Amino acid sequence: MKKSHLLLGLIVILMLAATSITVFAQDPVELRITWYNDSNEGEVLRDLLDRFEAENPDIRVVVDTIPYDAILNQLPVDVQAGEGPDMARVTDQAAYRGFYLDLRPLVADAAYWDESFPAAALAALREEGDESGLYGFPNQFTVSAPYINRTLFEQAGIEVPSDSMDAVSWEEWTEAAASVAQATGTPYAITMDRSGHRFAGPMFSQGATLFNEDGTLTIDSEGFRSMAQILVDWHTRGLTPVEVWVGSGGTYSAGADFFINGQVVMYMSGSWQVGRFANDIGDAFDWAVVPNPTGPGGSTGMPGGTFMVAFGDTEHPAEVARVMDYLASADVLREFSERSLFIPAHLGLGELNFATENALAEAALVTFASEVPKLTDQAYQLQYGGQGFAINNPIRDRLTQVIAGELSLDDAVARIQQDIDDALATAGQ
Amino acid sequence: MFYSRGCPVSRTTAPLGTSISSPATRPPNLIQFLFNGFVDVIDRLMAPLQNRLGVQRMAYIFVLPNLLIFGIFIILPMILNLSYAFTGSTELFPADRPFIGGDNFARLFECTNFLDPNTCREDVYWRAIYNSTAFVIVQVAFMVIMALISALALNRKIILRAFFRSVFFYPVLLSPVVVALIWKWILQQDGLLNAVIVSLGGTRVPFLLSADWARLWVILISVWAQMGFFTLILLAGLQAIPSELYEAASIDGASPWASFWKITLPLLTPTMTVVLVLALIRAVQVFDQVVPFTNGGPGTATTYMVQYIYNTGFTNQTREYGLAAAASVLMALILFTLTIVQLRVTRAGQNEA
Repeated sequence: MKKSHLLLGLIVILMLAATSITVFAQDPVELRITWYNDSNEGEVLRDLLDRFEAENPDIRVVVDTIPYDAILNQLPVDVQAGEGPDMARVTDQAAYRGFYLDLRPLVADAAYWDESFPAAALAALREEGDESGLYGFPNQFTVSAPYINRTLFEQAGIEVPSDSMDAVSWEEWTEAAASVAQATGTPYAITMDRSGHRFAGPMFSQGATLFNEDGTLTIDSEGFRSMAQILVDWHTRGLTPVEVWVGSGGTYSAGADFFINGQVVMYMSGSWQVGRFANDIGDAFDWAVVPNPTGPGGSTGMPGGTFMVAFGDTEHPAEVARVMDYLASADVLREFSERSLFIPAHLGLGELNFATENALAEAALVTFASEVPKLTDQAYQLQYGGQGFAINNPIRDRLTQVIAGELSLDDAVARIQQDIDDALATAGQ
Repeated sequence: MFYSRGCPVSRTTAPLGTSISSPATRPPNLIQFLFNGFVDVIDRLMAPLQNRLGVQRMAYIFVLPNLLIFGIFIILPMILNLSYAFTGSTELFPADRPFIGGDNFARLFECTNFLDPNTCREDVYWRAIYNSTAFVIVQVAFMVIMALISALALNRKIILRAFFRSVFFYPVLLSPVVVALIWKWILQQDGLLNAVIVSLGGTRVPFLLSADWARLWVILISVWAQMGFFTLILLAGLQAIPSELYEAASIDGASPWASFWKITLPLLTPTMTVVLVLALIRAVQVFDQVVPFTNGGPGTATTYMVQYIYNTGFTNQTREYGLAAAASVLMALILFTLTIVQLRVTRAGQNEA
């Protein structure tokens, strides 16, 4: 009798314990980040988030890694439809204006955010008239500039032009790269990512001026036509892999694989490729970043970068703010930048100790850093002025039509202007 | 059953799962037992409804689920699409979009010379129209001819006939994306075919980088992928032709060629017409196979109507939902016309029969 009472009591206690565990042990709040990778930054982020979750067991962060194309094409529609994630890594920050979560009242110290990130970058997330919204932070600053395969120059016995000249034009680089390709039997001399953003730096260097003083926007200029003609000539002369610009239909396309495989001498891209090149090229050949070619408009690349943003449709704004606070903190951003080989956009990180033994990667980052002071106002305005969404793709798509023989350059210039005007009108700008 | 040809008939009163078949006449069968049970349950659910509504109105009850699905997923999106077509801005929700009348349609039709896309404001739309027209004409003609030849061959008593029928039909089972990716790996600049050409001492052919080559391959691959389906329909049509006609023709000394022209083709015409119209509708809608294959390139050489709509609405940085919706309304009109033609032709065929 006593034994059965004991057993009964034990069962009751166990049941009560199970019930209390069910009641008090709440599931952690699940937050989702939509992310894309250029190199190893996704692994670094996961590592950082694992540490955050260990210290904050009430929050679980799921990282959904998707292709960059989907970031450009799918994410804006998802966010507009109210089906977006809690946070995301984006490059087209203007596309989400009005859909962001204002973190100012939620973060621990909003003043830290204001002091730590460039005011122009924080403003790039705001709608017109909004001067205080805090919607995210730039977690990577990028600069576009060309890479060269230095080994091929050495094999060809041709001096790298920027080694001896302060200012090298796009025409001079084209001829040098063509000579190297010919001398070494390399399939292609030069290529550039199929992107309006990538074309913009060279276009401004050649003297293009998009933004007029009266606030209007004019695509037609000597500088624009000059760079467009150079790009077209690369194709007609067989200097560039046609796949990148002509074989990609209507989407972004990178020429990185051609460079990594040693199939092209010179490649116009940007600082986000450093990590990938350090990993994928290894010691196969020596590569370097060279200063942006010089023209009548200067020697500018394009600024850019990625933003970590939070969206207003989140069901857990307080938890999102905690994650954003963590990711925006100086220590976390320093580690993220050092391990991803990214140039940070944080203003107070000081000197970084990049996590690479690769001297080429370190040198590349130094060169990219030296390109920042040369960026022109027009380049900054295109990137952060809020009209880039209407400009970049028409340039890319219409120039492709010129290369494919569907349009003349004159027609393309007129079409780009009309596309920009239509896009701005549709967007109510 | 409680309902037959519009008249109420005897309603089972037997216990669940024991009606219809008698154990005395057939051995017990678990599937049949379960089926009978299911029918009984439905019967008991529907009986009160039928008593309340009457037999004639029960048809609406049966149609209702499908009507709801059709309404939510077809009719509602069509109405929404119309509202987008007559509104502007980049806002997603119809309530936020200002009414702009027929501006989107006017923009699509703003042309100096409709035969020259370069004179049209929306030149890419007109390029897509012309690309689609050329694709439809060539692909459908090629498809129908190849499907007919295949059907005729597979209708003969050849060795391994069942095997060849399977081989011809197999590509139909593949996802269009899979078909596109397989062929892209074969045809791209560093693909399998170019590797073979180079290994034989030739130079790479720009199969996907030259407008003419890309257009040709898009047609060939879509024919390869869909031909089996149409071959199957034509094969069924061929087998429906009475063999006595061929025997009589043979006795009269008709050549196989004459039999084909005088017997096969005339009697196959109704089936051919259905195949033709179905192939036309499918060709106008071409999209899923082309996007992963060429993504509309090189340039806009393989950009067809649906891709124009998709790009305008979803992949351009400025999402012009209104313009995309207007273009899709125009495409719906084309498809509607083709469907009417198909219905008329099918009815004409039935009347003749």
